[in-house]
Amino acid sequence: MATVASPIAKSVAGGSFLIENRTPAEVFTPEDFSEEQRQIAETTSQFAANEVLPAADQLEAKNFEVTRSLLKKAGDLGLMAVDIPEEYGGLAMNKTTSAIVADRLSIYASFSVAFSAHVGIGTLPIVWYGTDEQKKKFLPKLATGEWIGAYALSEATSGSDAMNIRTRAELAADGKHYVLNGEKMWITNAGFADLFTVFAKIDGEKFSAFLIERGTPGLSIGAEEHKLGIRGSSTCPLILSDCKVPVENLLGEAGKGHHIAFNILNIGRFKLGAACLGGARNSLTNGIRYAKERKAFGKSIVDFGLVQEKIADSAIGVFVGESMAYRTVGMIDHALAAIEGDAAHSSREIQKRVEEYAVECSILKVWGSEMLDMVVDHMVQIYAGYGYVEEYPAERAYRDSRINRIFEGTNEINRLIITGWLMKRAMTGQLALMPAIAKLMEEVMAPPSFDDPNALDEPLVNEVGLLASAKKIALFTAGAASQKYMAALVDQQEVMGELADILIQVYSFESALLRAQKLSASSSTSAALAQAMVKVHAEHCFSAIETAARRVLAAVAEGDMLRTRLAIFRRLSKHTPVNTIELNRVVARAMIEAGRYSL
Amino acid sequence: MKILVCIKQVPQKDAPLKLNEAGTWIREDVSYEVNEPDAYALEEALRQKEKHGGEVVVITAGPTRSQQVLREALAKGADRAIHLEDDRFGALESTNTARAIAAAIEGEKFDLVVTGLQSDDYGAAQTGVLLAEILGWPHATIIIGIEKTDSGVHLKRELEAGHYQFIDMPLPAVLTIQSGINKLRYATLIGIKQAKMKPMRKVSYGEVEAKLSKNLQRIERLYVPVKQKKTEMLEGTPPEVAKKLVEHLRNTVRVI
Ligand SMILES: Cc1cc2nc3c(=O)[nH]c(=O)nc-3n(C[C@H](O)[C@H](O)[C@H](O)COP(=O)(O)OP(=O)(O)OC[C@H]3O[C@@H](n4cnc5c(N)ncnc54)[C@H](O)[C@@H]3O)c2cc1C
Repeated sequence: MATVASPIAKSVAGGSFLIENRTPAEVFTPEDFSEEQRQIAETTSQFAANEVLPAADQLEAKNFEVTRSLLKKAGDLGLMAVDIPEEYGGLAMNKTTSAIVADRLSIYASFSVAFSAHVGIGTLPIVWYGTDEQKKKFLPKLATGEWIGAYALSEATSGSDAMNIRTRAELAADGKHYVLNGEKMWITNAGFADLFTVFAKIDGEKFSAFLIERGTPGLSIGAEEHKLGIRGSSTCPLILSDCKVPVENLLGEAGKGHHIAFNILNIGRFKLGAACLGGARNSLTNGIRYAKERKAFGKSIVDFGLVQEKIADSAIGVFVGESMAYRTVGMIDHALAAIEGDAAHSSREIQKRVEEYAVECSILKVWGSEMLDMVVDHMVQIYAGYGYVEEYPAERAYRDSRINRIFEGTNEINRLIITGWLMKRAMTGQLALMPAIAKLMEEVMAPPSFDDPNALDEPLVNEVGLLASAKKIALFTAGAASQKYMAALVDQQEVMGELADILIQVYSFESALLRAQKLSASSSTSAALAQAMVKVHAEHCFSAIETAARRVLAAVAEGDMLRTRLAIFRRLSKHTPVNTIELNRVVARAMIEAGRYSL
Repeated sequence: MKILVCIKQVPQKDAPLKLNEAGTWIREDVSYEVNEPDAYALEEALRQKEKHGGEVVVITAGPTRSQQVLREALAKGADRAIHLEDDRFGALESTNTARAIAAAIEGEKFDLVVTGLQSDDYGAAQTGVLLAEILGWPHATIIIGIEKTDSGVHLKRELEAGHYQFIDMPLPAVLTIQSGINKLRYATLIGIKQAKMKPMRKVSYGEVEAKLSKNLQRIERLYVPVKQKKTEMLEGTPPEVAKKLVEHLRNTVRVI
């Protein structure tokens, strides 16, 4: 895999953000994009704005011929070849580039869903698990968009509970075919896809994946679903009725299909996080334009503080989201670039490295989808009456955004993964979480000391301190919860959920802070703006963390124990708030002047 | 055909512009892009090459950051690039820019030089025409169609009010291209990837300095027009007022 090393010097363990401190130089940010990546971003943005967006009405009407021709154009530009090895017609570029494409393409959600399903769940299983023959046969076509891929895991009775599928495969008597029976549901691109990765259990037991071409006897596609949003995308059931699949179309090993199902999701999740950024930027541009034009009480509504607050909120969402997403893919690329020799081609090695960042990928998915929901909600509110009707863009964006919290693992499932995965690593000692908690407990019992005096010169000194406190609260709360429940914590989903929220906030806070610190070295306007955004975000994160921690503490102890913990908690959370109202105005004014999200 | 395309890096169209402290130009911390008509000139050159074979070379004169427009052109299919690289090139007037370009391509033997009609920043529409003069070649401006013929090129020029002019011209020649002459292509990802491998020749200020003359033109002051509101009452009978009004509109406000 020809990955370009990112400028981060150090390998970082997944989930370590909670117990280790990073320096700004160690994180990858959008400011670190290479010249090549900037050009790719530009090509993708132009394609989305000039080709995709003008066709939105046709796509909304499910004119899939137009969808196919746009997908083909995207293929001609090379946008679908980023993750495919060169020997199979791909460009073998790194994951950062792949995230950039997902990000910039996503200004019209229906198309970006079709595209992402194709390049992600539709193509990657073959890249990672295909035999040489399978790759030769399918990847060149998938790389150009001549063929479109789809991925069929979910069924009517098993979505989150994906291992529980009912679709069965039996080896035919001739030994040359598997015969599949069952029904799949919610399959993106099904209406026009040429190739399906279908999951089924061999003999009702061995969870496995099969490559099935459209037109294979016994495979039929059901009717389009009538959806709340992303109406321009195709979502249909698949019916497999004695569907004969050649044995050479078994993907990966029989009985090992769950590896495919789960590993593909990690990539899907960070890309979904990146795609939410493109959607949010576009909504914000629309909102700012409208707010400038709309007059009320003799003014542009953009002059009203409560409108500016929504603009600032959304812009900060994009800034923080970018910081988290590109920091994460930067880590992944760094890990992938470090693979040496022949192992660089081994899908097992690649997955292992990607899986290392499962927590961060889930965080991006949850945070990105909820950020986008916040932004599109703000935009409907700015457009108000005009936000509620179809003629203006806010309404569609509002409906389109909602799916992101449902697919690629619901946000509930992802929250459980975040806490569960970290706790598991802590229990097995892979992540030194327990020693960190123990150290913290010693520290909080001792009289307060002053933090790192070296940091005092720094413009974000307050936020640096606040982040340190936030991490302490996270450890303290996680320690309290695990002390009470130990391994049975998994049964306390609400506690798991609150802990996940704390972790998400810590990661978002730290990512944004590190990026702003890194930016301090660059041009003064961007640096000042980034600082303002981080200050607002820090306050927001901190109060969310406080609320979640308080709920957890109250749930895991009572009486004296609770009182003692709350005393410690109060000490950890003590701080003087900054004037976020004024800072929000600064942020909003910069965006309004630029007419869009701009740093 | 061996074609040279002159490309300039200009501030992005929708970028909010702020004046520099001296009030002589805009602040440097804006986003930049390819001058729009130059993008069409490049596209036209690439199409001519696709039809008739040959080579497309791109050139720019400007600071290090302006290399970006050359990279973009290489990604779209130009074969090689020449960068007159120095901050001082950015401050040259059109004549000297044309002289610098002419000096940098000495010995190259191009069949055709295309430039954009004008730049989106200064808007002088001079560099291409002056370059033709310096090279001693014929030129034509506001070109919206190029067809290669046996004896040279058959050109379509845009005139005013929907009129066109058709001309035949021998080669070598310099043409300035109007925006919209063709549909711009995107830089493909493979093109972007390969661009890194293409040759880029750097030309320093020192190498061409002898060919330049003193810049006779200098920007004294750049400012945003101040909005003013003034009410003036015109006195007299209606015919007199009407006459005064027309005079005023014609001579003072100059809108009719
Ligand atoms: C437009 C669209 C496109 C899709 N595209 C595809 C596709 O291309 N391929 C594909 O295979 N699938 C696809 N899906 C399916 C999607 O992945 C599932 O809908 C999703 O995984 C949720 O499954 P479910 O709908 O069965 O919900 P359920 O699993 O029934 O969940 C219902 C609710 O219960 C919660 N829940 C479930 N289990 C738990 C638990 N253990 N703990 C706590 N809460 C839980 C969920 O979070 C959710 O709130 C698509 C769906 C849609 C709507």
